[in-house]
Amino acid sequence: MRGAPRRAAALLTAPALAGASALLWAAAGAEGIQLKDAPGRDLTTGRCIICHSLEYIPSNAPAMNRAAWQKSIQKMKERFGAPITDEEAKQILDYLDGSYSGKS
Amino acid sequence: MVTRRELLLGTAGGWLVEQVWAGEAAGSASADTLTALVGKKPLIRRALRPPNFETPLADLAAPFTRTDAFFVRYHLAVIPRVDAAAWRLQIAGASAQRPLTLSLKELRGGFEHVSVVAVNQCAGNRRGLFTPRVPGVQWGNGAMGNARWRGVRLRDVLQRAGVAPDALEVVFDGADSPVLPATPDFLKSLPIERALDENTLIAFEMNGQPLPHWNGAPARLIVPGWVGTYWVKHLTAIRIEPQPFDGFWMKAAYRVPTGAFPGRRFASQENAETTPVTELMVNSLITSHVSGARLRRGERVELAGKAWDGGAGIEGVEVSADRGQSWREATLQPDLGRFAWREFHFALDTSRPGPLDVAVRARSRGGAKQPDKLTPNPSGYHDNIVQTVRLEVA
Repeated sequence: MRGAPRRAAALLTAPALAGASALLWAAAGAEGIQLKDAPGRDLTTGRCIICHSLEYIPSNAPAMNRAAWQKSIQKMKERFGAPITDEEAKQILDYLDGSYSGKS
Repeated sequence: MVTRRELLLGTAGGWLVEQVWAGEAAGSASADTLTALVGKKPLIRRALRPPNFETPLADLAAPFTRTDAFFVRYHLAVIPRVDAAAWRLQIAGASAQRPLTLSLKELRGGFEHVSVVAVNQCAGNRRGLFTPRVPGVQWGNGAMGNARWRGVRLRDVLQRAGVAPDALEVVFDGADSPVLPATPDFLKSLPIERALDENTLIAFEMNGQPLPHWNGAPARLIVPGWVGTYWVKHLTAIRIEPQPFDGFWMKAAYRVPTGAFPGRRFASQENAETTPVTELMVNSLITSHVSGARLRRGERVELAGKAWDGGAGIEGVEVSADRGQSWREATLQPDLGRFAWREFHFALDTSRPGPLDVAVRARSRGGAKQPDKLTPNPSGYHDNIVQTVRLEVA
């Protein structure tokens, strides 16, 4: 059984859905997590949420620097088969390093 | 005080979760978000998809961890709700002499039932407490729990299938699968001797009830004393093999530097640099108090918590209230079995005002003691260092 991509429309049937912000989050497919606004955010969101929700990014920030993000993106591409081109990988790296590198 | 905000989120597979923002959820950092998966009470949300949810400290205080509070850990996001009536377990492989397929009814009816009380702890429990920080799910203390598991011995099932003399490892697959075909499916293996151990079970009950969906329905592997990664959920296939299994989740994940830790070796999966993480290290957790708690001077205060290890059993738990200068024995509650955790109690001296640093140190019947220093390893496994809570007597 393979998971179908989630659609915001499916959520409209949920009885207790309240608040425009919730709708926006759901529409973004981000499951309640909005990444920091900077160039590359939409690309990063779009590629990462194919397989996982976005909590991993802010929660891992304290453990990450540019080299660690590079390794992580490479792992997603090479080990897990994430459909990310080399050019996209560079943009995602710049975004994650710029917004979520908390390791001193 | 928990403030509640209604928000239903849909996810792959149509789960709905209720989001609850915790102001000061007991025993967890205030920044933790509590979210309830269907069938679970609100748990600390580390990730929604794949679901990774941690048990709050308050729920680790009971002798048996409530099933609806038990932690949830998945690597892959496609998690079907398995129809128990249609479910089949296949036992095959190059070293299986008589491959067979079992329904749940045949599994339940065809083998002796046994139960074991055992701690299920994620290898990465406490990763989020590592200094320096390491990447991965940033677990606190609650990627663990203690439950009574009931099922049949894996050994009995393997013997029905006929274990050839050349059998080296047994490989396990569950119903969960990756979103992308290129992502390695989650398969794990055990050394044949551990698979044939009388305590390794295929369980279909947890705390007296059928296994719940998020903890592996309708049947999962129970490997008492070994880290949770081997406890494969929603079991669908078992292969007895004469070769080391070379899947990603054995060869590249869940590994520690060779020789860095004590515990059982998984020889057929070991190389000069790294080796699979296997047995739990002796460890303890204070469940009654968190740092920052205020105590009234002269008040009778009982410290309580849990201690556990990889199956030797807990011999004793010591408590220090003077920053490690002296240690006194805590009182142990009845033994629930050598794979279970052991509850301890200790009366604190609250006669002097000021900060009170309370440290707890467990030792196993095998002679192992909790260390003071973390052994660094890239994936953040085996954090069993002595923990200290700072209380304030006023």
